[in-house]
Amino acid sequence: MQHDSQGYWSATLGLLTKILIIWFLVSFGAGILFAPMLNGIHLGGYPLGFWFAQQGSIYIFIVLIFYYKKKMDDIDRRFDVHED
Amino acid sequence: MDLQTTIYLVVGASFALYIGIAIWARAGSTSEFYAAGGNVNPVMNGMATAADWMSAASFISMAGLISNMGYGGGLFLMGWTGGYVLLAMLLAPYLRKFGKFTVPQFIGDRFYSKSASTVAVLCLLVASLTYIIGQMTGVGVAFSRFLGVSSDMGIYIGMAIVFAYAVFGGMKGITYTQVAQYIVLILAYTIPAIFISLQLTGNPIPQLGLGSSLTGHEASLLSKLDSVVTDLGFGKYTTSLPGSTLNMFVYTLSLMIGTAGLPHVIMRFFTVPKVKDARSSAGWALVFIAILYTTAPAVAAMAKMNLVRTITPGVVMQDTDPYAAESAIQYEARPDWMKRWEVTGLLKFEDKNGDGRIQYYNDKTTNAEAKAKMDAAGWKGNELTVNADIIVLANPEIALLPDWVIALVAAGGLAAALSTAAGLLMAISSAISHDLVKGVFAPDISEKGELMTGKIAMAVSIIVAGYLGLNPPGFAAGTVALAFGIAASSLFPAIMMGIFSKKMNKEGAMAGMLSGLFITLFYVFAHKGLFFIKGTEYLDVIGGANSFFGITPEAFGAVGALVNFIVAFAVDKVTKEPPEHIQHMVEAVRVPRGAKAVDGAH
Repeated sequence: MQHDSQGYWSATLGLLTKILIIWFLVSFGAGILFAPMLNGIHLGGYPLGFWFAQQGSIYIFIVLIFYYKKKMDDIDRRFDVHED
Repeated sequence: MDLQTTIYLVVGASFALYIGIAIWARAGSTSEFYAAGGNVNPVMNGMATAADWMSAASFISMAGLISNMGYGGGLFLMGWTGGYVLLAMLLAPYLRKFGKFTVPQFIGDRFYSKSASTVAVLCLLVASLTYIIGQMTGVGVAFSRFLGVSSDMGIYIGMAIVFAYAVFGGMKGITYTQVAQYIVLILAYTIPAIFISLQLTGNPIPQLGLGSSLTGHEASLLSKLDSVVTDLGFGKYTTSLPGSTLNMFVYTLSLMIGTAGLPHVIMRFFTVPKVKDARSSAGWALVFIAILYTTAPAVAAMAKMNLVRTITPGVVMQDTDPYAAESAIQYEARPDWMKRWEVTGLLKFEDKNGDGRIQYYNDKTTNAEAKAKMDAAGWKGNELTVNADIIVLANPEIALLPDWVIALVAAGGLAAALSTAAGLLMAISSAISHDLVKGVFAPDISEKGELMTGKIAMAVSIIVAGYLGLNPPGFAAGTVALAFGIAASSLFPAIMMGIFSKKMNKEGAMAGMLSGLFITLFYVFAHKGLFFIKGTEYLDVIGGANSFFGITPEAFGAVGALVNFIVAFAVDKVTKEPPEHIQHMVEAVRVPRGAKAVDGAH
């Protein structure tokens, strides 16, 4: 590989780390560990911790995947390793 | 027209639709059948993946379990969706670039060893077979209600139909059939939820209804539910934990990494046209899965509400005292749906205090205040047992919805259970006939012989799964969770290390997979019996139930995965580095450019 494969891989890992932190915070963080605290706050009739565990984390997961796809396409192009 | 006839008609029509589309699509293009949707756009592909993924566990069983577990049920919701984030980022694009067809093929090539691929086949078989046991439980529930027979009889009939369905399996490979299945399934799930949400809160969107006020009340639905179930001695709905916070944490993690390690899910991303598509199709799949998964908590909470409303009619809407003598309905005046489910044996009534009324509550409650009131009311124990797996199917009946809605739900449940069971059976049969028999034991087996082996493997797995399904290790979703734990502890770490660690060698990977699988099975079998056979539990060996920090067997996969990683890295340190060309291969897998069409097809 004559391209900067080291740079490409570290850019990829950087993006993965960033997304995994958010992934962890919304599910294991807001949905489980901090849920008792967040339940004091209400979102409509939902206690917030309960909302994250049964609704919110799922919506954020979807956003995360599409964000990843977009950013990854950018990285592919920047390091000139994209398909076609 | 009576209800039963409507059900036969709707279920029959849905199957006619699938078969019709299969015939139409096959005539349209033969190549698509083999390319497994190679030219289908990512949105359609996502829908098909969603249909493939959502099984009896998601459709029939999950909301029922959430209904009983309350807040803690969120572990299924987060676990079975959060795994898609891992799948999309950590595995799918790289496995697509690698360009092989099955997980054992990847493991075998990456770890340059036939033995590694055999170990992967073993892990795959254990996980898939456990998964099918859960499916058979769901199939039994669906068929028992559909045909009005006992749940055991439902399983026998289900076994025969699943076998026919799997052998006629070509129809599964066609994306448009699965798209149709998805549409039936999602309509069957959401339409009753919309009706019920309207009845209870006046809001037609279940996701919002769950966060709204109860019709004619100031109080929100959830806070009312909290107080109603607490009065009956159950845990507070919005905060009740499955054991402990730690258990919920590892349970969720197990399901997440299990999702990313289950072979029949991963396989779908091997066959998309480009690496780019592998990334986005996981996203689209999750969109379509999320429609059901965000509706499920509303179904769960509202079903609980409606169940209480059925048995003690005034308690929810008119704030009647639940302990008053006249509050509970008389058994003789029970609604028709209860009679229908009594036939299946999944709903039972026993008049313990002889007052002819139904007392439904938690008689093992630790809530002293509620307990005192129950004793004062002369209650002699809970009298109504409702199997959690019937909640979703019975839900529209409980809410007294029109017959066609009840029939639609039956059609959806059957579609979910049959399609996933058939998909898994095909994964098992190809693993045995292709990866194991042809790959290892008898390389020069004829194509006909390979096909025959596959069919025999399918028949044997159905019989085993059906037998174990008669005495299942848990509710459908719980059994399926065990399968995820097994995949999480064995396959996920090996695939991950194969991509993210250039230096991981075959000794490390094999030792990791075997130790992860072994320790998880050891813990699971201690609770559920050796190979899930009742009566062979050995809880005293491990020091009682959930003895490892209170972690339940369903949640143990995450611990198994940790053991897998640790053992793999330790063994890797003391054995030889992988050869140069393997390290180059890993580097090549990491970049998208140069992805070729998949080879090594069956």
